[in-house]
Amino acid sequence: MSTIEERVKKIVSEQLGVKDEEITNASSFVDDLGADSLDTVELVMALEEEFETEIPDEEAEKITTVQEAIDYVVSHQ
Amino acid sequence: MSIEGKVALVTGASRGIGRATAYALGKMGAIVVGTATSESGAENISQGLAEEGYKGKGYVLNVTSQDSVDSVVKAITEEFGAPLIVINNAGITKDNLLMRMKEDEWDSVIDTNLKSVYRVSKATIRGMTKARWGRIVNISSVVATMGNMGQSNYAAAKAGLEGFTRAMAREVASRNITVNAVAPGFIATDMTHALPEEQHNMLLTQIPLARLGQPEEIANAVAFLASEGASYISGETLQVNGGMNMR
Repeated sequence: MSTIEERVKKIVSEQLGVKDEEITNASSFVDDLGADSLDTVELVMALEEEFETEIPDEEAEKITTVQEAIDYVVSHQ
Repeated sequence: MSIEGKVALVTGASRGIGRATAYALGKMGAIVVGTATSESGAENISQGLAEEGYKGKGYVLNVTSQDSVDSVVKAITEEFGAPLIVINNAGITKDNLLMRMKEDEWDSVIDTNLKSVYRVSKATIRGMTKARWGRIVNISSVVATMGNMGQSNYAAAKAGLEGFTRAMAREVASRNITVNAVAPGFIATDMTHALPEEQHNMLLTQIPLARLGQPEEIANAVAFLASEGASYISGETLQVNGGMNMR
């Protein structure tokens, strides 16, 4: 069973087409991993599917780094 | 990448342009899901597709309800797979001179003809972005650019749809999804059959090809935009009107 961190990073890797080793917890989706606005929306939707949760828009806007995504999932388990 | 085996959703497919489009896509090998507002309409679509030898079936859909749109898209995805080709065709008219037009005549045409495109496109775009391939064709009208007496609501909805088409085309282009519109002129369907004979005859004088179009002639244009052959066309409105709106 993968940890939340591993699952989040896997989604980020698949969605943004970046290699696992390029992704750190501090990585910013836009600044470090080259995501555009559509990528970030898709990323949030992928997280919603993976963790079977709904992320409201105002919360989604605050998820800009890998760590923020992990934190969100952990605190909404 | 041909459209063979891809799931195509056609709203308002029980008659007219929608039915002809469903058959055209079926002929190209797509799995066609056609929608109608009633059970009997949906059954007719299923039966018609089966008789023509095409894959797919009819569903009941109310395009003015997001719940209905969401549940139908979910059901289609479970039964056949995510629709990667979407033809937003469902539409109504409630003609009246502006001075007499009631608010509900305005609202219902805007809701059914324009907001429905927002609902259905939004519900299906996720599947297309995941697949990195998609085709949306919105059915407009020559009235969107020419205007027409008694159709301020319909013209506004169709012109709005063309703007929507261009904005959405830009948003999803990076995912290899094209969004286009087809603007039919006057086509021999139940919708134009309702026109008074006087207006009908007057119309013919304005059409260089001097006849109404057939639903199949619109369906051919829609099928082209849905095909791989149209892969470099996006945000465009194709005029199919017998030459009545040359610019």
